[in-house]
Amino acid sequence: MIQTVEGKGRYGRFGGQYVPETLMEALSELEEAHDSALADPEFIDQLNGYLKDFVGRENPLYFAERLTEAAGGAKIYLKREDLNHTGAHKINNALGQALLAKRMGKRKIVAETGAGQHGVATATACALLGLECVVFMGKEDIRRQELNVFRMELLGTRVESVDKGAGTLKDAVNEALRYWVAHVEDTHYILGSALGPNPFPKIVRDFQQVIGQETKRQIVEKEGRLPDAVVACIGGGSNAIGMFHPFVEDENVALYGVEAAGGGISTGKHAAAIAEAKEGVLHGAYMYVLQDEDGFIQEAHSISAGLDYPAVGPEHCHLHDIGRVHYTSATDADALEGVQLLAQKEGIIPALESAHAIHFAFDLAQEMQPDEILVVCLSGRGDKDMQTVRDALGGGVQ
Amino acid sequence: MSNFSLTASILKRNEEGQSAFIPYMMAGDGGLDVLHERISFLEEAGADAIEIGIPFSDPVADGEVIQEAGSRAIKRGVTLRKVMSELQAQLHSIPLVVMTYLNPVLAYGVLEFVEDCDLAGVKGLIIPDLPHEERGLLSNALIGKDIALVPLISLTSSPERIEKIARNAEGFVYAVTVNGITGVRSSFRSDLMDHLSDLRSVSNVPVLAGFGISTSKQVRHFSAITDGVIVGSAIVTAFHEENLEKIQTLIKAGRTAVSQ
Ligand SMILES: Cc1ncc(COP(=O)(O)O)c(C=O)c1O
Repeated sequence: MIQTVEGKGRYGRFGGQYVPETLMEALSELEEAHDSALADPEFIDQLNGYLKDFVGRENPLYFAERLTEAAGGAKIYLKREDLNHTGAHKINNALGQALLAKRMGKRKIVAETGAGQHGVATATACALLGLECVVFMGKEDIRRQELNVFRMELLGTRVESVDKGAGTLKDAVNEALRYWVAHVEDTHYILGSALGPNPFPKIVRDFQQVIGQETKRQIVEKEGRLPDAVVACIGGGSNAIGMFHPFVEDENVALYGVEAAGGGISTGKHAAAIAEAKEGVLHGAYMYVLQDEDGFIQEAHSISAGLDYPAVGPEHCHLHDIGRVHYTSATDADALEGVQLLAQKEGIIPALESAHAIHFAFDLAQEMQPDEILVVCLSGRGDKDMQTVRDALGGGVQ
Repeated sequence: MSNFSLTASILKRNEEGQSAFIPYMMAGDGGLDVLHERISFLEEAGADAIEIGIPFSDPVADGEVIQEAGSRAIKRGVTLRKVMSELQAQLHSIPLVVMTYLNPVLAYGVLEFVEDCDLAGVKGLIIPDLPHEERGLLSNALIGKDIALVPLISLTSSPERIEKIARNAEGFVYAVTVNGITGVRSSFRSDLMDHLSDLRSVSNVPVLAGFGISTSKQVRHFSAITDGVIVGSAIVTAFHEENLEKIQTLIKAGRTAVSQ
């Protein structure tokens, strides 16, 4: 355990700004610009306008009746981020940050992507606002998500393949950071999850909070009260922090974050950094990070490219430490079950990432009472995963 | 601590009217068994201090050459711990400066790492992902030790930051000469001269230029306008290709008179 310097940009002992000096001015400029944008009613109007007419918000909070029946416990509601334009919650942040970049006078954007969802969302926001965009993506992810690469290219974005390391999200972030260091004076980095050096975790949370804010309003409309439990999957933690943050002060609402357990925690092939409980620094922040005893960062493993990251954002690490959020995990096999369950009970094919949350929520609902309410963040739709799911199921449905 | 031996070694060269030269080598590239041999070679070739790079899984401040050298070392099983124990096995009189990313140090344990640096004759630390604001993580453990925590200043650092960092600098100021990562460059920004001379005017310690300096011509150019130069990728490549003459030539190019 280390003594970190408490203060700005920290969540308990997590967070901070562990980056090369070249980025320090850009980070403080970004923090100022973000604070001033959020305090500017014109910016907020502009953002809300796009969220409504371009993204399609607010999206529904849907009562999953047949899933509820099958579980035989708590009432299950789904927050339908899968219905957003581009198919996931990622657009909330990508659009917010693209508007912020434009406000700062930066017309060039760099981003990383894992599943391709954040890359597609960023490419989309850049096309919308007329910004130039380059996205770094691991070679292995490019293989897994070929069509998303084409989508980005169709949207006018340049996709750079990263063949270092395992060619997944961590390597894509490394390359995007290197690119940003070299182009920092005219380029903004749109980080895709609640990760990275301060102020990124806060910026991403601020733009994703709309998930939890709408959910809160909608559940009160439908049920006249707050839910008993809220569940979200955790990659870097952006859909989860966006969903959780408005509920953190509501102590009667239990919050559950679901990490990716890959082949199982005991196999060592997973992406569950909180479960593994090793602390360290990656990509500018002090967090729980998968690493070996020499401090080399380890590769994460998950069937879902979007959860395939060896750390969890600093605010989640803190929420774990203070016991406000319960972090648990679901395996690849659980996620595949979750996909089929939701598809067959509700006619909704979830993203593999979201299916981790669905699987856990289904189990949790069974332990709860019928008069209790559970909300799951359905962070994205499954179109992008059809090939992966079909291959994993051996070509047929079980 | 204010009289660091690292600073003294650079100043000694400067007092002779010459610019200092610090080569960077990747520890464990070519195997840990050549580490001492290479240190001695660089010392005899006229280096004033040596940067010992530590391999890391995610070297975000490094370009291709150093990334690949690091990967080769990692494939051989080289770690910070192994480098530290190898260094302790044979001490050198030339000041050694360890350049490592932060996470291996945290995994090692800050206090234990500093103790081991002391035992290994390490006189300085460069941690590219530990900016000024976060240096408290290490600086407390370094109190009273002859180990300088060398800060980096970049082309994007504002005048206020430059002053703040330079005023507190230990050992020397590492002036990053490009916006970007380590590696070979064919050209530099036109306002770089002004930036370096501003830096030298506010710094109490020597100012050394590094990142992208790879040819004898560039070494001569920067040696004339700074207190010294740091050459990384070109040295790493030369060791990898076993082209020792190239290293001698580069160090000789650094024996250029500094303008005051
Ligand atoms: C649909 C979906 N859900 C979840 C995630 C995980 O990211 P985060 O934890 O930041 O929400 C991703 C990442 O690509 C995603 O595409």
